[in-house]
Amino acid sequence: MKTFSTPTDDPLWLRFCLSGLAIGFVVLFLVLPLAVVFQEALAQGFGAAWTAIADPDSLAAVRLSLTAAAIAVPLNTVFGIAAAWAVAKFGFPGKTVLVTLIDLPFAVSPVVSGLIYVLLFGMQGWFGPWLAGHDIHVLFALPGIVLVTIFVTFPFVARELIPLMTDQGPDEEEAAISLGASGLATFLKVTLPNIKWGLLYAVLLCNARALGEFGAVSVVSGHIRGQTNTMPLHVELLYNNYDYVGAFAVAMLLALLALVTLALKSLLEWRYAGELAASRRH
Amino acid sequence: MSLIIDSIAKRFARFPALNGVSLTAPQGAFVALVGPSGSGKTTLLRILGGLEQADSGSVRFADVNWLVMPARARKAGFVFQQYALFRHMTVADNIAFGLKVRPRRERPSRAEIRERVVRLLALVKLEGLGARYPSQLSGGQRQRVALARALAIEPRILLLDEPFGALDAKVRKELRVWLRHIHDQAGVTSIFVTHDQEEAFAVADLVAVMKDGRIEQYGSPMDVRREPKTPFVREFLSP
Repeated sequence: MKTFSTPTDDPLWLRFCLSGLAIGFVVLFLVLPLAVVFQEALAQGFGAAWTAIADPDSLAAVRLSLTAAAIAVPLNTVFGIAAAWAVAKFGFPGKTVLVTLIDLPFAVSPVVSGLIYVLLFGMQGWFGPWLAGHDIHVLFALPGIVLVTIFVTFPFVARELIPLMTDQGPDEEEAAISLGASGLATFLKVTLPNIKWGLLYAVLLCNARALGEFGAVSVVSGHIRGQTNTMPLHVELLYNNYDYVGAFAVAMLLALLALVTLALKSLLEWRYAGELAASRRH
Repeated sequence: MSLIIDSIAKRFARFPALNGVSLTAPQGAFVALVGPSGSGKTTLLRILGGLEQADSGSVRFADVNWLVMPARARKAGFVFQQYALFRHMTVADNIAFGLKVRPRRERPSRAEIRERVVRLLALVKLEGLGARYPSQLSGGQRQRVALARALAIEPRILLLDEPFGALDAKVRKELRVWLRHIHDQAGVTSIFVTHDQEEAFAVADLVAVMKDGRIEQYGSPMDVRREPKTPFVREFLSP
């Protein structure tokens, strides 16, 4: 019988197999598609890709995506912190219902989320006629795109913070208040510093999803080229028009934004590794 | 400046935590609330600290209606069983917290705060550890930081919730002697919650033995030990 130096020491062949499987999976399903995007985008050289991105309609799509994310992400950050705070620090009737509702956008297909807003704000919808009467455009305009983006990305911040804040408990807040701190000072000096890493991570994820959301935005945007097409919608449009270089060039830009997000997160984690460890152990 | 607790009652959703608790403590007394878990001692302490609301009853301290004051205005130094130190702040910043959050006109100058932190660190025998983070300290050291932080606001009353509950027996014994010493120096009134009757009787001037949200007996350790009033108290005191 073979004996191992420690009980957790698995045989060599098993370790090779498992890590090989994991790496192979990552390469096949994550790295390869990304590489294809870059290869296709640059198939006719940098110049062609650049021309495709510099196209006014593409630039309008980039601007629209960034605008929608710039509105949706800060709002969801505030909503998420408020929801997580309420759930983690207080007991109240309907708490489990609230937690379930927060998960709703993850459970519902994005297309359905988009349709909900069409039902609410469309011409045949609840608020449609009133909004049309006051010349307010929600569907096929920026407000609709922002609304569905908020809906779809709502869970990110709350989901990340609820377990974190529940785990930390109300002790430090109670200590702060007994030491004479106001509610605001307690939040700014005790609660926020304790959740800042989780919050940053959640905001980055939320931002990535806000920029990349396709289904829900597709339903409410109306696909007006140069006006209500976000980056993912513009990719589809170009692709369907057989403009492969253009489609992959914009897709590459989206992928680059995601990679920058990841790099930023890794950089911050590396830079503040010590502080991160200190705030986890207690 | 005595503490007068009168018929405090508190119900949680499923069970009554306090059934009309009354207790009077003279200024500067060291009172221990002792009893098995679930006897309501921590709830009473949290009500005194403003972290929990009483359903009925009243508390007068220093001749003011104590329960209508918000927790942050009470100047009650609360010490928690699990320390509740601010994990992202250094020891010095933890101790200075209560001074730094004061409104500007009541806030001491920076130099004054720094000086007071140094003095408090010396008082709790942690000189030179001001720059450490709580995670770099032992349990006993953390609780001393928590006490220094509570003392920094010059509390009128110290509320200690099983402060040594998470520490080993040897450290507990050292710290309780030292805590009594600090109490005498600071001249505050202290309410000390513990489930360890030996600890309670060793440090306190007055002991309240609690059971099921009531005080079974209240008096000096000597009187309670000599004449237990109820079978429960006799049972509780027998080793």
